[in-house]
Amino acid sequence: MHSDISSSPSGAPERVSSFWDDPAKRSLVYQLITLMVVGFIGYYLFSNTIKNLHRQSIATGFHFLGKEASFEIGESLIGYSAASSYARALCVGILNTLKVAFIGTALTLFLGTLIGVARLSTNWLVSRLAAVYIEIFQDVPVLLQLFFWYAVFNDSLPAPRQALHPIPGVFLSNRGLVFGVLAHNPVYVYMGGAFLTACAGVYCLRWWAGKRQDKTGKTFPLLRSGAGILLGLPLFVWLCGGAPIAMNVPHLAGFNFSGGVTVSPEFTALLLGLVLYTAAFVAEIVRSGIQAVSKGQKEAAMSLGLKPWQTLNLVILPQSLRIIIPPVTSQMLNLTKNSSLAVAIGFPDFVSVVNTTINQTGQAIEGVAMIMTVYLVFSLLTSAFMNWYNGKIALVER
Amino acid sequence: MKETTMDDIAPPLTRVGIIGWIRMNLFNGVFNSLLTIVIVLFLWYVGPPLIRWLFVNSLWGSTSVACRNAAGACWSVISANYRFILFGFYPYDLQWRPSTAMLVLVCLLLISRNRRLWKKWLLYAWGAGLCCMAVLMQGGVLGLTPVESTQWGGLPLTLLLAIFGLAAAYPLGVLLALGRRSKMPAIKILSIVYIELIRGIPLISMLFMSAIIFPLFLPEGVTINKILRAQVAIIMFTAAYIAEVVRGGLQAIPKGQYEAAETLGLNYVQTMRLIVLPQALKIVIPPSVSILISAFKDTSLVVIIGLYDILKTTQSVLANPEWMGFSSEAFIFLACIYFVCCYTMSNYSRRLERELGV
Repeated sequence: MHSDISSSPSGAPERVSSFWDDPAKRSLVYQLITLMVVGFIGYYLFSNTIKNLHRQSIATGFHFLGKEASFEIGESLIGYSAASSYARALCVGILNTLKVAFIGTALTLFLGTLIGVARLSTNWLVSRLAAVYIEIFQDVPVLLQLFFWYAVFNDSLPAPRQALHPIPGVFLSNRGLVFGVLAHNPVYVYMGGAFLTACAGVYCLRWWAGKRQDKTGKTFPLLRSGAGILLGLPLFVWLCGGAPIAMNVPHLAGFNFSGGVTVSPEFTALLLGLVLYTAAFVAEIVRSGIQAVSKGQKEAAMSLGLKPWQTLNLVILPQSLRIIIPPVTSQMLNLTKNSSLAVAIGFPDFVSVVNTTINQTGQAIEGVAMIMTVYLVFSLLTSAFMNWYNGKIALVER
Repeated sequence: MKETTMDDIAPPLTRVGIIGWIRMNLFNGVFNSLLTIVIVLFLWYVGPPLIRWLFVNSLWGSTSVACRNAAGACWSVISANYRFILFGFYPYDLQWRPSTAMLVLVCLLLISRNRRLWKKWLLYAWGAGLCCMAVLMQGGVLGLTPVESTQWGGLPLTLLLAIFGLAAAYPLGVLLALGRRSKMPAIKILSIVYIELIRGIPLISMLFMSAIIFPLFLPEGVTINKILRAQVAIIMFTAAYIAEVVRGGLQAIPKGQYEAAETLGLNYVQTMRLIVLPQALKIVIPPSVSILISAFKDTSLVVIIGLYDILKTTQSVLANPEWMGFSSEAFIFLACIYFVCCYTMSNYSRRLERELGV
């Protein structure tokens, strides 16, 4: 390749060829070329965009955020009206996305774990049903599932006047799911306080029990006493407050229900679709996580004389959770990202609100940039938490 | 020992055969017995009405008027509109062309199932097959009437977006994975930023970008059609996921392989092309199939930017007043199509995983 080296009679290395022979310099050139190409493409696209925006006379910038939004949003956790600003509309969207993400995550974890455990059941029927569930729901696109559930609400459920009520106080109609809740009473606030106090108490108790076990070797029935405190203290407050049980029951008024809590068809369909879809993946993760703990671990724990729940709690779970948690977190993130499909069925999540904003103001670049930023922040926060958690539970090898 | 065996005593009836199996698998313990009874009761209540709705009382080739009075499912919504659902606005008498294209694809997939045929000619066959499919869809040569891509739709569009998306995203993904493992900081950082950025955002924001912002990127007078823009978005999106999968494969290659290649005097490109990538890509075949599955499912998202893929054609059939209200049947039909495709692929991926022993 470098014949010029041999051609130099004195044996001194030729300067020209040695520039390429030095890996450090070579890599510097490669990097410079890459950066220049990327920079050039970026500049080209940027300048085109500026020209096009100028030609279509679209003003850039985020000034539109302060203007009046003048569109209605069906569901909102904070006060909002058409007279509010775009910024507030976007906040409503973010809160709605977070609402779906949190409720969806909780339900998915519950359902996914249940099905994952059912898949490992010794009962043939249970295990088969779980397998069928996993295959069906994994292999159908989540958007199609959303459309399906939304169509079930719109086409198959009756109008409010003929609403189905499977359980007293719960009504299912094409206007959504309506159910009774306990009427507001200050006692419930105190009960919440009592529950938090109980949590703190159990935490202290656990700390004390751990210390005592380290010192004396005596175990303390933490599970029973903890559950007793957590349930007992709020119950005590409830009884002291006169045991209020007044319900706010929905009733027909005109063409719709009043009273109770209404969950819109859009939200229900979105939640159903996302939860049923993601739970199938979580179930697979849970199953493989539990199976990954070798049988010897269980046998060893049992031969040490640990009780079954101790075996599960102290030996199996800590090991399988280490395998289960990272992929489950990424599934939760997927659920959050998939919640953006709400735009297809008209639930006002963040993407859907931004979409409306883009249509009204024409600020496409700002809108898409905001979508990307918000989801990036979600995923960066999640992965930061994950890294912290992984570091905490990682196997300490000696 | 053999002489001392007594006459074989048949095992107790409750341990073998059907009864034994039932005892072992359905009634082993109080809790499991209760569970079995509850499930059987549930199936008993749900099963027969469902079967009646699906098959017994259903209509298969009637008009929509007859369907309105039927007690069962109305599969007529499919049989009356299947050409539109499958092919969208593709000219009616030219629909043999997308059908042939799909047939070519299915044949290629069937041939590729067999691992012994994974030779160089198969790669060329795929190249030829993809070109052949593009020609069949597009027309304009060999005396085929040209068909505007705005008229493409239905199942061929779904398959096209998924297959071409994966085929184009794979090289890009491999490059990104190599970039991420590179020792050159600039290239490494660029790759990481790209991969993490794309993986952090939902596909739908990429599709929005393709629909609204891509046109702004182009110089005045140049336009790219909507399908191609969506395809670019899908490729960019899929590449980031492929990069992560390939990175996993690259990490699994022991350091000795690199050192051996270096000792032989191979340069970077030779090391990668001849030593590392052939091994790494073999490891990542099963996860790549999973990516193909999710790309296939994700193409359904193009509905949101208004492309007529199979989901959108179904929706437009349902928007027709004549067939309004039969969405459950139509969506169940679609779910079956997706299920058959994805289930076959994931089964194959599991088999490969076993065979390759990874």
